[in-house]
Amino acid sequence: MAIKFKINREPVTVDVPADTPLLWVIRDDIGFTGTKFGCGIGLCGACTVHVNGRATRACITPVSSVENTVVTTIEGLAENGHPLLETWVEAQTPQCGYCQPGQIMQAAAMLRDFPDPTDEQIDQVMSGNLCRCMAYIRIREAIRMAAGRLRAAAPQGNDEDREASHA
Amino acid sequence: MAKRLSLAVCIFLFAGIALASWRPPPSANDERDQGKFDPALVKTGEVLAGIGNCSTCHTVSADKPYAGGVDFPTPFGTLYSTNITPHPQQGIGSWSREDFFRAMREGVSADGSHLYPAFPYTHYKNVTDEDLDALYAYFMTREPVDHTPPENALRFPFNQRFLQWGWKLMYFDPEPWQPDPAQSDQWNRGAYLAKGLGHCSACHTPRNAMGAEEKDRAYAGALVDNWYAPALDASQPVPVHWDEEALYQYLRSGLSANHGVAVGSMGEVVHRGLNRAADDDIRALATYLVSLSGEENSTEQVQPAEIITAAQQRADTDHSAGEMLYVGACAACHYNAADKPMAARAELSLNSAVTAEDPTNLIRVVLEGIGTDSGTPVLVMPGYAALSDSDLVALAQFLRRRSGLPEWKNLRQRVEELRELHRQSQVTEAQQAGE
Repeated sequence: MAIKFKINREPVTVDVPADTPLLWVIRDDIGFTGTKFGCGIGLCGACTVHVNGRATRACITPVSSVENTVVTTIEGLAENGHPLLETWVEAQTPQCGYCQPGQIMQAAAMLRDFPDPTDEQIDQVMSGNLCRCMAYIRIREAIRMAAGRLRAAAPQGNDEDREASHA
Repeated sequence: MAKRLSLAVCIFLFAGIALASWRPPPSANDERDQGKFDPALVKTGEVLAGIGNCSTCHTVSADKPYAGGVDFPTPFGTLYSTNITPHPQQGIGSWSREDFFRAMREGVSADGSHLYPAFPYTHYKNVTDEDLDALYAYFMTREPVDHTPPENALRFPFNQRFLQWGWKLMYFDPEPWQPDPAQSDQWNRGAYLAKGLGHCSACHTPRNAMGAEEKDRAYAGALVDNWYAPALDASQPVPVHWDEEALYQYLRSGLSANHGVAVGSMGEVVHRGLNRAADDDIRALATYLVSLSGEENSTEQVQPAEIITAAQQRADTDHSAGEMLYVGACAACHYNAADKPMAARAELSLNSAVTAEDPTNLIRVVLEGIGTDSGTPVLVMPGYAALSDSDLVALAQFLRRRSGLPEWKNLRQRVEELRELHRQSQVTEAQQAGE
């Protein structure tokens, strides 16, 4: 079954069974290997990508359900530039680094919904992204730093615009 | 002897009823001629067919629109929808305007046999001549499809069509609905659409043992085709009751911040049925449907922020396996700041899938997820079918506790049934993909 969508701004058509996990398509068919496989059942967050700007676990998302959407992986986020990528380094966040593409994608999506997140909000939204190295304190710190830079860079837009911009 | 006599009486009665119930075909008056239909009328018919949601029941695959074959498992056996393309043998191509009108309003096929009320002629009787003409023009100008849907597989005696005559005597009032002069034009327009082509109550009203809508429980919510159509009357299960604006937005976009998204059968209604309907008609539907819950409950509404705060406080002290699953699998997308719930982060303490009295919608959405063809086109939720039945039960129980609601009684049984349904549909999809 031919399925069309955009990935990191490039249109792609893949011819795979409809129930193929998006993660497999991204890594094996398209070749973006920044997104990682963790648990395979949507409970660790390592495979998080954006679908129409919203964080989505790619390992349990059948590729057929992203037809005509815009998928962004960590490569796409890096290409566009995002303060999280800088603060992640500055805060010395990762230890082994395996979970970080998923952590960063989840955090980037969260900052659209919660541009000035409280620690409580960071914990609530980021709890689905596991880090076996227990870097949670530094993850939180990197997110707070990035949130500050995003707010400084962008004039205060209204919230509805932000949500509408996802598609 | 007595036995023989009673048998003879039975045969006599049976034959008598069969004869009495047969309706002769209307006199041949075939004015069908595709070239003669006004394109504007066909266009109107297309919009009306959308409001009637005809394709959901009469289309199995997109390459055979309206060719029938959709299965309807009922307590009486399985019904299959018919081919309503203008194919002269398989479809309704030989039907005159009168045949079509009679089928729509009286539930009688062109050959005189009675139609089953799964076909909602019980509502279509309310459709005006003008609208039926447009629908006739639309269907008679579709591509004829040479496709024979499967035969109905109803158990005896339900497979005897003439018995529908008796059903109609008991449950069918052929008089069309009349507008209420005490109500506004907008309300009356909405009522006409809802009671006629929209046939909203066909899904949202519970049915009795004979499959007829229970008039005294209109819009009280019902389970149809393994989706729960929530109550729209005063018993509606959502903590923030629907108002006109919210219902308009929901019917137009499939999304409501305080209620949830349109999935399953309702997703089809919104995205493939009502999407061509005029804004005025959607507003009229909202006006009428909101009036079903009565006026009185609009004043003492609890604010969403209070409901969300209370839910978050309950969750804080829960510490159950279900709560841990929620934190790991759901909160990343579903957590909301209490003062500003976002439609795109469907707030589960407000969501009718959680707050309804039936767990079906929640279980199905968790198992199957929501693609771009349902819900709202920009949001995708993956299915969590990898969770075990026990995990699903624990998660659903937690979500009910979080909303301050009692446990669902039939939860585990429904999880098992819907898991099996999901498994079967995946097998079917895989087979279709392999063909």
